[in-house]
Formats: sequence, C-alpha cells, structure tokens
Amino acid sequence: MGAIYRREMGAFFTSGVAYVFLTVFTLLSGIFFFFGVITSGTTETSPLFSSMFIVVLFLIPILTMKLLSEEKKNRTDQGLLTAPIGLWSIVLGKYFAALTLYIIAESVIFIYSLILAYLGDVVWPSLLGNYFAMLFLGAAFIAVGLFISSLTENQMAAAVASMLALFVLYLFDSLASNVSIDFIRKIMLSFSFYSRYLEFTRGVFDLTGVIFFISVAFIFNFLTVRILDKRRWG
Amino acid sequence: MIEVRNLTKRYGDKQAVNDISFKVEKGEILGFLGPNGAGKSTTMNMLTGYISSTSGQILINGVDILEDPIKAKSNIGYLPEIPPLYVDMTVDAYLGFMYDLKKCKLPRKAHLKEICDLCKITNVRGRLIRNLSKGYKQRVGLAQALINNPPVLILDEPTVGLDPNQIIEIRTLIKKLGKNHTVILSSHILPEIQAVCDRIIIINKGVVAADGTADEIAAKITNEHKMTLRIEGSTHTAEDKKAIVAALKQLDGIKYVRADMEREKGVYDYDVESEEKVDIRRAINQLCREKGWNILMLQLSDLTLEDIFLKITMGDAIPAGAEKAEKPAKDKPKFDLNVKDGALVATEVEEETKEDLEENLPADRSFEDEDKKEGGEE
Repeated sequence: MGAIYRREMGAFFTSGVAYVFLTVFTLLSGIFFFFGVITSGTTETSPLFSSMFIVVLFLIPILTMKLLSEEKKNRTDQGLLTAPIGLWSIVLGKYFAALTLYIIAESVIFIYSLILAYLGDVVWPSLLGNYFAMLFLGAAFIAVGLFISSLTENQMAAAVASMLALFVLYLFDSLASNVSIDFIRKIMLSFSFYSRYLEFTRGVFDLTGVIFFISVAFIFNFLTVRILDKRRWG
Repeated sequence: MIEVRNLTKRYGDKQAVNDISFKVEKGEILGFLGPNGAGKSTTMNMLTGYISSTSGQILINGVDILEDPIKAKSNIGYLPEIPPLYVDMTVDAYLGFMYDLKKCKLPRKAHLKEICDLCKITNVRGRLIRNLSKGYKQRVGLAQALINNPPVLILDEPTVGLDPNQIIEIRTLIKKLGKNHTVILSSHILPEIQAVCDRIIIINKGVVAADGTADEIAAKITNEHKMTLRIEGSTHTAEDKKAIVAALKQLDGIKYVRADMEREKGVYDYDVESEEKVDIRRAINQLCREKGWNILMLQLSDLTLEDIFLKITMGDAIPAGAEKAEKPAKDKPKFDLNVKDGALVATEVEEETKEDLEENLPADRSFEDEDKKEGGEE
C-alpha cells in the first residue's frame, strides 16, 4: 500500500493535477470566504462550508478520474495485479493518496479561521465540526470517484460520470420532495449527502452523519475491489 | 517449479485456452510458440495471476496461484506483452516503486544497480520513461521483472518491436538469466525460440499441439520425404512450369508438388513431398530424361521448425503421429510462407491466383524476397 500511495502522490504533482486542484480549491474557497463571511461582517463560517459542498462535488472527480482508468488504459494494472500485494492495498493506496491531497487543500481553511480569530470571536466547536464534516464528505466522494474510475479506461469519461453521480446525490433532496410515496421519500432522504452535510453547518455535530460518510467510503472502496477482482474472472 | 494441470479459460462461448497441462523444471527455458491468438498471452496471464482460470490448477513452486496468490506471485517476475511502465516516472523512480511494490528485502542500491547493469539501462536511469526508445522501454520492463530476484521469469514476447541488434542482446540476456531462473518465454518468432529455449511447447487454438525439444517434435512428425528441385524446362517460360508440375504429380508416391520462385531466368524451383519410404529421386531423374528437362539442383530438406510449426498450426498433421495425412495433393497447404522481420508470416493463398501472381512477378522481385528471407533469419 505504501508504494502505491507514494507513487500516486508523486503522480498528482508530476501530472499537474495537484496544482489544478489546489489552485481552484483555494481560489473558490477564498471567494466564498470573502463574500460569504468577511463582507457579511460575521465570524459565522457556515455559508462558506455550505457553498463548498458544490465545489468539492466538482473538484473531487478531477482527483480521482485517473486513478484506475489510466492504469487500465496503459496496461500498468498488469504490473500491480501480478505483484505480490492484495487488491485492498492497491485500492486503499490510491484512495488515501487522493484523500491526503484533499486534506492538504482543506487545510487552507485553517488560515481563514486564523484571519477570523484576528478579526473577531470564532465559535471554534462549530468551525471544527464543519471542518470535519467536509473531511468526511470528501472521504465519501473520493471513494465514489475511485469506484467510477475503475469502471472505464477513459479518464474524461470517469470525470464526467463522477460529477454526474455526485450531482445526482446532491439533488437527492429536491428529488425526494417530489416523491409522493412517504416510504420511498424517507429512504431517499436517508441517503441524502447534502442534508446530512447541512446538519454540520448548522453547528450540530451529527455522529450518524459521520458514520454515514465513512460507511459510504467503505462500501465504494469495497465495490472497487470487487470490480478489480471481477475483471480477472471476465 | 511450475506445474499446470488441465488449465482452461473461457470467454463466454469462446474457448481461449482448453485443457492445457505441462510442467517446467527448475532452470529450464521453455518456449511458448503459437500463431497470434493461439492463447499464449492468456496462458501467461493466468500463470501470473493477472486473470483467473475457468478451471484447472497452477502451482508455482508448489503454491496454488488461486489459493495463495500473494505467495505465488512473489516467486514470479513478469514482463507482459506491453511492459507496465509509468511513462511519467524516471527509470530510477519506477524501479524504486517496483522494488517497494514487491516488498523486496535485498539491499536496495546494490540490487537495483545490479539489475540496471544487467539490462544495460544504467545510462538512462535518470530519464523519463516517456522519452525512452522502444528498446529501452522493453529493457526497463525486463529489469522490473528481475527485481527481487524471482525464481520464475515469465516473458511475453520480449523481443517484439526491437531492432535486430537489440533482439540479439535480449536473447543473450535471457539465456544468461536461464542459468539461475526458470524462464517461460512466448513468441511467434521461430528462430528466437530455437535460439533460446531448451524445450518448446507449441500452442494452437488453445491446446498444446506439441511439447518437447525441437528435435523431439521434429522426430514425431517427420515421416515424409521432402525435397526442393530446380528443373530447367525446354522453353524457359511459365508453360514449362505447368508441364513440370503436372508431370511430377503423375509420379507414383508423390504427395505434394508446388512450384516456387523463379530462381534463374525461366527456371523454377519445385517443392516436392513423397510418401514415406518411397524414394522418388530415380523416378524424377527418369522423367526428366524422357522429357528432355535438366535437373539443376536436388536438395533433400529436413523439416525445419518452421515446417513443423506450420504443419501443426495449420492442422496439416497431428503430431502424435496416429493419423497419417492421406489427403489428395490439391488439399495440400495453400500457404504463402514468408519470413518478415524474423517473424513467420503465413498467408492463405488460392493456389491458382498464386501461380498467376508468380507469373506476373517481375524478375528482380524474387531476389528481393530472397534478401528478406535471409535478413529475417539473420
């Protein structure tokens, strides 16, 4: 796992993906921070975090698109799958590499909180709650993106499909409100990423939400492993 | 060292590999030979655990690849048909990555240096793989397979796309490696297999068609007399050729006659095959005397590996030797055999069209082909 993790971290930077990701993330979070928080004259960071949902939704597919699709396209997966390592090591190595880059990007928000602390009183528990919510949201999204990357050889297809998939997850709330059958609506709402995430921005540290995001991450990593395994039996 | 039992792989309805069994002993260099699409790569991919078998068993060093894949894979170094190279890495970074990936415990610097020296890539260690030539990429692929000094090396068409010098270098290297490793090598290039391998397995349509040394395989199926004749007719035109072929076919015990290239002006070569234990040389001599033709050359040809390969893969003979082909001469091979870049190219040709083609061939064209043949076989 370590070898794959280190290689992917290196590849993020040599391929330029890391720079694009970090730049766009910093730029957009900066804009939301400035207009949502600073100009409103408040230390309430919730507007920033709720806006970041959609930014993360479109940025994470850029991180994950290449992870497995390129391996398949360039046949480098043959090197990985014939090496004396398990499938979980391959998937988790890549998963944690993407997660690490995401965490690096997210750490810029600490700088914002320092600016806020200088300007006024920051409600630290709420801010930290938001911070971790965004971390867990990213952890779930990366697993979804990685899974979709394992389904195709084309990185652009992987990126577009991941964005669509995540966008549908985002729309789950409004879709659910149009469903008249109570039972189905409840199920749909329980899968809503957005409403769970919003809970945190309201200042509630929702443990079920954390468990939900971690479960999604686990399930999609599991599915990715199954896909790699299934391909061998094709 | 490697034991394969009743290995089968199906893709839907398609039977890619069908009930293959063989054993490879320690220190042996085994060659997998077969036309494209015969199931060589599929077999190798199963041996290395890249794909799974539909049924059957593979033991590497006594370990079943499906039961304990990690342990079995740690015994194998694999060079797939397309080397699994990350082109955005330098050679050094890539080999370091593979070193970590294989959880190699050998002293890192010394081990990698040794491999780079062996594969002659020391001078490109700092360069991006993307910028390397095909030959260097192939060698980096080979270097990668050698990391952790695995007792088994599986090389899928290691010399494809290389220039003749590089081919010789890689072959020499493989021979050298064969002293300390068990090597399985696949190729559709006959001279290569002959030059490098101790033992040959010919695979065709997913089954083992022959297994043994080149001589053993030849001994099993060589039950015919085969010769090349050069006969000068009276008119020095293509008319001669037709008459000679027709006359030869009339002789007793003749199985197969085919006119070959025009070797001298108006003089053609003929490939003739007779029934077993029938000596037709005197009869041919007699015939020519009667017709007023001159025999300029008579050369008995031993079965080369090429002949064997063609026979087996084109379904012309069953190597076990049980069935003796008794097909009429017309059903004899209609293949145009050429050696191109050291690879055997067999194309099916309608007999008549072929003759027409040959007649229309400009005289110097045949020399060109001759050159190619020689060049190809080095």
